[in-house]
Amino acid sequence: MREDAKTLTFAAIVCVSCSLLLSGTAAGLKSRQQANEAFDVQRNIVKAFGEFKDGMTRPEIEALYSKCVKQDENCELPLYLWTNESEEKPAKYAFPIEGKGLWGDVYGYISLEADLQTIAGISFYKHQETPGLGAEIEKVWFQEQFKGDTLYADGKAVDFRIVKSGGGSDPHAVDGISGATLTGKGVQAFLREDAKAYETYFNTVRGK
Amino acid sequence: MASKAKKLLMDPFSDNNPITVQVLGICSALAVTVKVDTAIVMTLALTSVVSLSNVVISLLRNVIPNGIRMIVEMAVIASLVIIADQLLRAFLFDISKQLSVFVGLIITNCIVMGRAEAFALQNPPKDSFLDGLGNGLGYGIILIAVASIREFLGFGTWYGFKILPENYMGNGLALLAPGAFIILGLLIWLQRTISKYVEE
Repeated sequence: MREDAKTLTFAAIVCVSCSLLLSGTAAGLKSRQQANEAFDVQRNIVKAFGEFKDGMTRPEIEALYSKCVKQDENCELPLYLWTNESEEKPAKYAFPIEGKGLWGDVYGYISLEADLQTIAGISFYKHQETPGLGAEIEKVWFQEQFKGDTLYADGKAVDFRIVKSGGGSDPHAVDGISGATLTGKGVQAFLREDAKAYETYFNTVRGK
Repeated sequence: MASKAKKLLMDPFSDNNPITVQVLGICSALAVTVKVDTAIVMTLALTSVVSLSNVVISLLRNVIPNGIRMIVEMAVIASLVIIADQLLRAFLFDISKQLSVFVGLIITNCIVMGRAEAFALQNPPKDSFLDGLGNGLGYGIILIAVASIREFLGFGTWYGFKILPENYMGNGLALLAPGAFIILGLLIWLQRTISKYVEE
């Protein structure tokens, strides 16, 4: 019996000290971690707007973000506006896109020019796709293809496609990735769906 | 003493390497070796966890009740791993994103628990620390070797620096798990040929 009591006391001491240590660490680092996550979102919005340049430092990105990016409060869905210096009307619009890839959810942003049709840039920042195959969606060559293509026509979201070849000349399609057909299908599906969700709001903006 | 310490520290690099000789920790050796920078951070994380957990277990070795010995070891290891993960998220955010779940999986890395059971429970803290350090780095050297080959073949870079010309296509096989298996198998073969180790 004494042996059991000793064991229980020891277990209790281990549990309490471990949990104290962990809650202390988590509490101490929380603000720093949240700042990192907030920055990651900002960096990806800047990337989606096509304003990110290689070698940009964290303070530069944060300064650029706070200067040029605003959230559109009239839109029920999250919508970010890029306003160039000394201009009043937003030059670009961006909204989050997310959905299933092959292995898990893919998260990103897409931005449109002031005409609310032409794609200005796209970025993917969180995914679990296979490195070298599906993960190529985060590469510059893949994302560059979207620029200049159109996501809306006549006030409607187009059936944007990720195709095997010939995406270069088609304004509603981009070339997919060899060996990542399913990732492409996933991206195509959620891109269409998310574009549809913003259709109505963009029509009211265009009407103004 | 000096030679004993040296043996504790150096043995895991060659004759008793946790990966190439004991074939432990293979899961993470496949998963985080696509690029050299993630392999280095993983090495640092695992090395600090295994050396600290060895010290803590060794300090407690005479008071741990035998019946809950393994659970206590797990509690110590899990706590250290969570702290390492939290620190990475706070200070090395980009790399922690790439390592994602694999830092947390250090908990299940057999090397950590194995060293606690096989060494720290019977030896004083100083030796246990050296043993942990040696095993962590011995694991890391293989990790970095695999990552160097994979990153070179897969992207034509090393630690992010361009080595091959821009138009190098990249070998997709090297980036996938089968490529890692092949490279790891070749390294195990090489290691065992050099150290003349034979499986009993």
